[in-house]
Amino acid sequence: MAKKEKQVKPLHEMTKSERTWFLIKRNKTAYFMIAPFMILFFIFTIIPVFLSLVLSLTSFNMLQWPKFVFLDNYVTLFLDDDLFITALKNTLIFAAVTGPASYIISFVVAWFINELPPKIRAVVTLVFYAPSIAGNVYLIWTTIFSSDSYGLMNGFLLQMGVIDSPILFFQNAKFVMPLCIAVALWTSLGTSFLAFIAGLQGINKSLFEAGAIDGIKNRWQELWYITLPSMKPQLMFGAIMSITGSFNFGGIVTALAGNPSVDYVAYTLTHHLEEYQNNRWEVGYASAISFLLFLMMIGMNVVITKLIAKLGD
Amino acid sequence: MARKLRTRGNHEVVLNRSAGGDAGITFVLTLFGIVMFLPMYYTIIQSLKPLNELFYFPPRFYVTHPTLDNFADLFNLMGDSWVPFSRYIFNTVLISVGGTFGNLVLSSLCAYALAKIDFPGAKGFFWIIQKSLMFSATVTGIVNFITLSVLGWIDTYLAIIVPAWCSTLGLYLMKQFMESNVSTEVLESARLDGATELRTFWSIAMPMVKPAWLTLIIYSFQGLWNSGASTFIYSEQLKTLNYAISQITNGTIARSGASAAATVVMMIVPILVFVISQSNIIETMGSSGMKD
Repeated sequence: MAKKEKQVKPLHEMTKSERTWFLIKRNKTAYFMIAPFMILFFIFTIIPVFLSLVLSLTSFNMLQWPKFVFLDNYVTLFLDDDLFITALKNTLIFAAVTGPASYIISFVVAWFINELPPKIRAVVTLVFYAPSIAGNVYLIWTTIFSSDSYGLMNGFLLQMGVIDSPILFFQNAKFVMPLCIAVALWTSLGTSFLAFIAGLQGINKSLFEAGAIDGIKNRWQELWYITLPSMKPQLMFGAIMSITGSFNFGGIVTALAGNPSVDYVAYTLTHHLEEYQNNRWEVGYASAISFLLFLMMIGMNVVITKLIAKLGD
Repeated sequence: MARKLRTRGNHEVVLNRSAGGDAGITFVLTLFGIVMFLPMYYTIIQSLKPLNELFYFPPRFYVTHPTLDNFADLFNLMGDSWVPFSRYIFNTVLISVGGTFGNLVLSSLCAYALAKIDFPGAKGFFWIIQKSLMFSATVTGIVNFITLSVLGWIDTYLAIIVPAWCSTLGLYLMKQFMESNVSTEVLESARLDGATELRTFWSIAMPMVKPAWLTLIIYSFQGLWNSGASTFIYSEQLKTLNYAISQITNGTIARSGASAAATVVMMIVPILVFVISQSNIIETMGSSGMKD
């Protein structure tokens, strides 16, 4: 080792590429350390994104070699597939409601419990966080809103005399979407919630004291002028978690309302994607859907994180 | 002008708090808390109700003669299927443990290098990882199916376990945590003493980031524990607990006791794990922020 290093020129005399090469060789271990993760990460996450773009330009049934069709899949999606438009609309409504709502609820609850004594705070945290990690606990909502009088809601309404016969909640187009959104929100106080709790705990207490001396009158001013700007990194991370999550509620919808839901009122892009991928084996077409989903998620995340970055500047 | 300063709870100095605001916040929190908690509570109550109480009208929020029959029924109901219930539990445990272990090893190696070694490309790699948090696995599902078919892993445990090894959230949290909690000076002096990079990683950095690996373990474990009917696995004997439970739940009201019992079995593990490790997770989340 020592012999080799002697022959090397001092760093400042090297050209840029020589220096990079030298640093690469010197940090060989680092590359070995990241390699196992990175190789799998590229195989299972990065390459699939690009390949799905390529596949989306083909007609492919997994048996024959893909046939290049250029933008045909996308044209069909937007001009000739009413179900896709329905799914797109539902997905956007779902994301537009659950994303911001779960983000705001997560923050508000984290902020509210911030000043509780630690033991009580831990218990309250558990109560709010539990639904997001407890497997398919959301299935209880099918019992609560069950379509017969043994369901909690119907039993209650019948007894109160509000209705004479049970409402078929998950078979009724009026109720499906709001119920699914409510249940999705119920399970959505997850990672961003924890990040906010930690972010609030991490703010330097002396900032608040200084703020009080500088004339901050109440907790709302304190929130706006001190708390929010101090935890921008967490707000950013939380936003990404909430947005990505808000596109991902297909599973809950299927569990509650079935797939397809009545009149396709809660049919999302995830369902459309699964339909073409698993049932019809039109992989090119399914890839087009998944690539659009990718663009929507990335686009939404980039825009929102840019906005948050500007906050308080 | 000195303002009113008072202390509360954790010896914090609390300023500018009105009693009205406190009351309002307590009220909203309580209300919200009840809405969050009731369904969980009702699940547990349902799981303890004997058959006749499940058919009470109106349905009750409490149980008069609690019984564990529903839990026993789980095994009986699944007895009709040729795969025993315990096999689903075994599958889920195997997948959860295998996936989590690999994710922990690969992620901590990678996180350490990205956070603590200054090598060409480190920033770029981390940038890609950050961006990957912005889309979900739905997007990569199709190509992954093809990849796994080519590898011959479809319908094996590997189809679930290996992709879980490169899940990015744990790596992201660990890298951020290392950056703010492992001092570069300590690592430098170890390197000067001739410790190899792997040795510094293992005996200096890793012990300092216990909260982060606990968090990674919990995240990975939860995700895998809850993984359901996968498109990658067809064989009944390889399916997961979550899948088996969704089959029970598709039944009628008479089964709602068993279904609730199944849900309780599913949720008890992640919740217990969280209770034990909450303070570590919150500590890890303290450095979860995104700087740019």
